[in-house]
Amino acid sequence: MNWRAVVPGFGFAALALVPLAARWGPEAYALNLATRALIFALAAMSLQFMLGCGGLVSFGQAAYLGLGAYAAAILARYGGGDLLLEAGTAIPAAALFAVATSAISLRAKGVYYIMSTLAFGQMLYFFFVSLSALGGDDGVTLDARARLAGTDWLASDRAFYYAALAALALGYLLLDRIVGSRFGRVLGAIRQNPLRVRALGFEPFRYQLAACAISAALCAVAGVLLANLNSFVSPAFMTWQRSGDLIVMTVLGGVGSLGGAILGALAYLLASELVSTYTEHSGLWIGPALVLVALRGRGLAGLVWGGR
Amino acid sequence: MALLLVQTLNGLQLGIILFLISAGLTLVFGVMNFVNLAHGAQYMVGAYLAAWLIGLTGNFWLGLALTLPATLAFGLALEALIYRHLYNRDPLDQILATFGLILFIDEGVKTIWGAEPISVDTPAALAGGVALMPGLLYPIYRLALIGAGLAVAALLYLIVNHTRVGMRVRAGASNSAMISALGIDIGRLFLIVFGLGATLAGLAGALVAPILSVEPGMGDSVLILVFVVIVIGGVGSIRGAFLGALLVGLIDTLGRAFGPALLDLAMNPSAASQTGRSLTPMLIYLLMAGVLFVRPSGLFPVKR
Repeated sequence: MNWRAVVPGFGFAALALVPLAARWGPEAYALNLATRALIFALAAMSLQFMLGCGGLVSFGQAAYLGLGAYAAAILARYGGGDLLLEAGTAIPAAALFAVATSAISLRAKGVYYIMSTLAFGQMLYFFFVSLSALGGDDGVTLDARARLAGTDWLASDRAFYYAALAALALGYLLLDRIVGSRFGRVLGAIRQNPLRVRALGFEPFRYQLAACAISAALCAVAGVLLANLNSFVSPAFMTWQRSGDLIVMTVLGGVGSLGGAILGALAYLLASELVSTYTEHSGLWIGPALVLVALRGRGLAGLVWGGR
Repeated sequence: MALLLVQTLNGLQLGIILFLISAGLTLVFGVMNFVNLAHGAQYMVGAYLAAWLIGLTGNFWLGLALTLPATLAFGLALEALIYRHLYNRDPLDQILATFGLILFIDEGVKTIWGAEPISVDTPAALAGGVALMPGLLYPIYRLALIGAGLAVAALLYLIVNHTRVGMRVRAGASNSAMISALGIDIGRLFLIVFGLGATLAGLAGALVAPILSVEPGMGDSVLILVFVVIVIGGVGSIRGAFLGALLVGLIDTLGRAFGPALLDLAMNPSAASQTGRSLTPMLIYLLMAGVLFVRPSGLFPVKR
């Protein structure tokens, strides 16, 4: 039995059953929440690839989410609201932004790298805040959900859930392949010891730059889906707190595991939602919980099975 | 001309505030290698404590004097309860913990003092304005703030460069493992650095309380500016933090005030006003990108 294939398989199969279970509850609400969770799982997984595999702690991941969302909003406004077209625009746009900014931030190491990614994220945030053509701070509304290859299949919430699930599953398969490939191994080796990798004849910078572009591209897809789910885009999609949320999801699930990022995202979003139904001061509960997880170390797994 | 003078003073004042906050944080980064996202929240707590204590005592100076030990105590409590256990850990654990702290402190402040902004009266001795030019009044309090900030900067310079503790702090920023091996109690040094940072952040919060509205989340926006300052100046360098802070304060303030007007001269007005409004908030980030490109460890990197 190949467990590495079986466990994710069961996981995705379970996620595919969610819309059926949602019929017995408040269906629209449950589907919306579940779709949002899948989209953030995709974004968190894209960060996990950079962070866990590449060792690059990016604190500006929400910028790519926002770029994807704005790409969708701009296309929808000018009549190009097709999911494939939107993704096809968002992916190169985000990859380009990632390459341009990472070429500069990757020159910095450690804490510098973290802070510079954060600052570039803020730069893009302020750009969209002051861009009055796209509503500035107030954001823009999308008139209708994107079409898929000319059909209006995505108009149904259930179909949109499955589209998000398909994007997540495809992203998982893609990243899993990349991590196991020669490229992924070099990237992992750079995380452990860049000097030795350079001595072996690989240029770490190129590999890390490519990793940033791949991660940004996947995160932009999540952004496109998020824009279509909410039918609304605003700079609030790309605040640094959002980047922090994504890091929290990734670390919660355990650094280094793609599936962990998915679990972390689902757990964090559902827990936040649950807490906020009981109290309006959710930060008073979520905050200390995060501190506790951090003190124990090794994410949620560490909290349950003991720290390092 | 008058406008330029006023905006330069405003920029200087923002720079001074940024310096007070970043001086402590750059040392925490440099000496302890600790990513403290909650530093902005500590500044916010300083502002709230000042607003509360000034209201309670009815006296600005007494309130200010009580705020400093209170923020120091708050910082040391955080250090003892949480941060101390996270030194030498993965930066991700530090990010997770301090991000959780931000959520908690922001919400806690809202629960205790409410979500509405609080305003604090300027002290009577510093109320009113002074005529810088005929017909141009500038608030005395803001001038006093710049003066106080410069005095603290000078004091900090003396402590860091001309005392034994300062020497240890500088040595710690260069190589903390080595000075630990030389028999210096590194735990105590960390405590001193952290306490200094917490007090300075609290002081900054208290000083801005009369000119800004004290509200939840006020630390979050400042935190990012402080990061930019630290990246520009160089982690662990007080001198870098000072110059970086003044640079960021002046460029941000002057850029917002004059950027669109300057672009007007170069382009047709409607295009220029849109570009200007989009570009000016990005100026300091572009500056940071430029500095990183030329000098990846900031303008004043600490020697290792």
